Order: sequence, then structure tokens, then C-alpha cells
Amino acid sequence: MKAKVTVMLKTGVLDPQGEAVKSALGSLGFQGVDAVRQGKVIELDLAETDAAAAEIAVKEMCEKLLANTVIESYSIEIA
Amino acid sequence: MRAAVVTFPGSNCDRDLAVAFEAAGFEVHRVWHRDTSLPDGLDVIGLPGGFSFGDYLRCGAIAANAPICREVKAFAERGGHVLGICNGFQVLLETGLLPGALMRNANLHFVCKPVGLRVENNQSPYTSGYDAGAEITIPIAHHDGNYQADAETIARLDGDGRVAFRYIDNPNGSASDIAGIFSANRRVLGMMPHPERAIDPMHGGTDGLAMFTALTEMLADA
Repeated sequence: MKAKVTVMLKTGVLDPQGEAVKSALGSLGFQGVDAVRQGKVIELDLAETDAAAAEIAVKEMCEKLLANTVIESYSIEIA
Repeated sequence: MRAAVVTFPGSNCDRDLAVAFEAAGFEVHRVWHRDTSLPDGLDVIGLPGGFSFGDYLRCGAIAANAPICREVKAFAERGGHVLGICNGFQVLLETGLLPGALMRNANLHFVCKPVGLRVENNQSPYTSGYDAGAEITIPIAHHDGNYQADAETIARLDGDGRVAFRYIDNPNGSASDIAGIFSANRRVLGMMPHPERAIDPMHGGTDGLAMFTALTEMLADA
């Protein structure tokens, strides 16, 4: 199975990179961009064939390594 | 007195840290990230600055899961002294030995310059060589030194005297101007500034030396 993990800074945590991207978009003339948040996407190829088991395993990976839950939130898509 | 300095792939202040420990009278053992045991009879472990594992994923995240870090964590949990500087501070946060996280500097710049620090608490093995409230100059060199934690954690650190150093002129956006924090027993210290780069007059300043000599004296008395 494949898993896609999206890691984002938690709501309320200032994202200086997102702010810089927003400012750059503004200076390129793109109007009406109210907010930009930058995160990362991690794709995993898994040997597991059961979606529920894969999700449990990937959640553990997120908690232990892929996200820092002090400042980041994550979401998991299994396909 | 015995110190260990851990080297990860991408560490670049490991030798400087070893030299600083030696200058204060420590016998220094260099330890590799893949090692699974620590030298016997250690008094302190140093986690150096640098860019361990290329800062991949998050600064310090991969290093914190290196085999040697299990031993470092166990050493700290047994009451051992651990000093993490710059990337070493990031590693300590990722291991959970210290609370909070270090984010990209608020101004997005890599900041490399000597900065003024205020010694917030001199009641620790690392800071007893300074007067309380002393202002010292120590270099910083980082891109991700913006210390953040929730308001409750910041209040707890403050209330328990766990803020070791504050920036006099905040260079990176850190909450509450925090430059370095202690564990609850004050034996683990994580800090972004580099005291090992301020131990010799040739460095342009020697304000960092008192940290290493104080540690030797406190450990010798223990």
C-alpha cells in the first residue's frame, strides 16, 4: 500500500516560511492571497496490505519521527 | 573528570567542544553516533553543534533516534549531566529530554554573530561561575534557533528557574527571549549559543570558559 503523510505547522504557530512565500507572491503581483502555510508531504511505500493496519503503523511513525507534535500536526492518507 | 562528545554525520563543532572540555580539565572520549554504549565513569556528555544528518526532516530529529542517543537519554534519566549546544539543543528537544521546539528564525536569516546573553539562573552546575544576571557575550550561528513552546510550558520554565540564558537583543524570535533551558534537575542544559567558541582570547572573547570550569568544579565537589 501507499501512504501519504502531510505534516503542517499547527494552527496558531507562526510560519515564517509561509509568510515569506506570501510576501513573494504579493510582490509578483498575485492579489488576494490572504494566508500561506508551508508544510511537507512524505510518501511511503508499505509492504502491509491491510489499510487499517497500515494506518496504525504510519500513525506510530508520525508520532515517533515524521512529525514533531509540539509544533506540527499531521494527516495520513492510505491508498 | 570524564566527558564524552558525540559525533553525528554532519556535526561540525564536536572538536571545538572536546577542546573546551579539555581546557577545563576533562579527559574527553569521542563517541560515534552508531555506538551502542558509552564509556564507563562518564561525568558529562556533550552534544555538539552542526547539521546532523543534513538537518533532514527536522533539525536534530534523525540524530535523536541514532543508537547512541538511547544511551544518552538513559544517562540523563539516571541523573547524568548532558550539555547540548546548537544542533545538540535541537537533538535534546527531539529526544524529549527538554520541552519545546526550535523553529526557523523568525526573520528567516541564518544569524552568525556574537550576541549578548543574560545569565538568568546561576544555580546550576553550568552557570555557577557567573553572577546572577551577568551579561556575557557568546557567538550564535544558526538558522533554526527560534525557541517555541506553549504558554504553560514557558510559564513553568520561568517559575521553576529553568531558563538558563536569555538574549538581551532577541536575534531569532524565540519566545520570552529564551536562549537556553535546563531540565528539572538542572543537569541537562540545551542552548543555541556556542560557549565553546568563546574560551580563548583568540576567539575574541572568553565568556564561555566559565561554563566549562564551573562544571569541572561542581562535578569534583559532587
